[in-house]
Amino acid sequence: MSATGTKGWDRQQMADRLANEFQDGWIVNLGVGIPTLCSNTDIGDRDIIYHAENGVIGYGPVLPAGQEDLHLVNAGGQNVSLHPGAAIVHHADSFGIIRGGRIDVTVMGAYEVSAGGDFANWKLAGQLGGGIGGAMDLAACAQRVFIILEHTTRKGESRLLPHCTLPVTARGVVTLVATNLGLFAPNGGGFTVRELAPGVSFEEAQAKTAAPLTTG
Amino acid sequence: MARNKIFGSFAEAVADIPDGATIAFGGFAGPGTPYNLTKAILEQGAKRLTCIANTTGGAHQPRMPDIGMLVENGQVAKVICAFTAATRPTDQLPFTPYYERGEVEAELVPQGTLAERLRAAGAGIPAFYTPTAVGTELAEGRETRVINGREYLLEYALPCDVAFIRAWRADAAGNLQYRLAQRNFCPLMATAAKLVVVEVEEDILPAGALDPDHIHTPGIFVQRLVKIPPAPEGLWTVRRQERAR
Repeated sequence: MSATGTKGWDRQQMADRLANEFQDGWIVNLGVGIPTLCSNTDIGDRDIIYHAENGVIGYGPVLPAGQEDLHLVNAGGQNVSLHPGAAIVHHADSFGIIRGGRIDVTVMGAYEVSAGGDFANWKLAGQLGGGIGGAMDLAACAQRVFIILEHTTRKGESRLLPHCTLPVTARGVVTLVATNLGLFAPNGGGFTVRELAPGVSFEEAQAKTAAPLTTG
Repeated sequence: MARNKIFGSFAEAVADIPDGATIAFGGFAGPGTPYNLTKAILEQGAKRLTCIANTTGGAHQPRMPDIGMLVENGQVAKVICAFTAATRPTDQLPFTPYYERGEVEAELVPQGTLAERLRAAGAGIPAFYTPTAVGTELAEGRETRVINGREYLLEYALPCDVAFIRAWRADAAGNLQYRLAQRNFCPLMATAAKLVVVEVEEDILPAGALDPDHIHTPGIFVQRLVKIPPAPEGLWTVRRQERAR
């Protein structure tokens, strides 16, 4: 969207904004969907290791058709490459790495995020069962949880809420949220605006957010 | 007298699996998935199975033999997995409508908890505490304990009657090597099951041909090996499309 001069961030820009927060030396786990776009971001000379829940440590970009190795996938089932120094472990060791606190940040998609840092991403309203995957392990045990999501639903309802209405994935763990409108940090009573996307005013962001926004 | 672990066909290797068995299926998004053994148990027809896996099979195409097909074939009483629905709300797993109609039971388990429950079963640990799922719907009414100021949820080991796994290389002693992301749940399921049946990609080597320092699953856990024949008789991993449309 911004690429054509209109306001707000597109999905790649949302991912870029969070990837810019990754610090040199971090071990990063990217969830399925928009978060995988973080691996496209130019991270300069920062040394980042991408961990996939299926035990692939140190994977690189998705390979084009014809060049992929069918024995090698990331958490989203994409055929990725390996960086020099990569290693493979089994699932229990991979989640031992997660529960053991070695993941500096996990980036996940979500349906809702609350002012208290809760988030919901595994079950829709009225759904029987759901799709948990590795989200609950990562949410409970990573050092930081970043969320990427569209600011509102297709009906225009805020996905940033005082309290989650859907069953939560974990409570009080989210520290940073990127949406198409900007970068926000849950602060208990609402969200602190860390940055607004180009062309987005504070008033517009507040009008589209069902919890109080504050600056700085 | 050396035990012969090499079977000539998948049908022979699954022939005696009884109704009511609990079967773990290895694999994660393709690599390590035992398509040939899944096809064989579909044809064998055992019923009232409990199936343990990461998923029941995705919405992606082309569709390969999966737990969803066993459900469609009326062979499954219960699944234990990390997904009963697709990650994208717009996709639908073939399994989901059967679950919603109450034709099959499901136990939804976080993926790391599933892995650790299998590991625990194979390691003689009856239960463990984990921080995963504390404060969620999954923990409601269940036993938790505060240890060093943090709340943990009690989870039980998950032993299996049978494990179906896929490996890259094997020797006649049953020692296995997986390649890259093929490893996933396979070594854990091999330790958690009483009967481990393996579909092997490369020709099965004589005992001693694999370096003992580079064995991922020791042969003491493995009872049956079947070499995957060339396609089309054998099912090989194919490039999959991202989602079914």
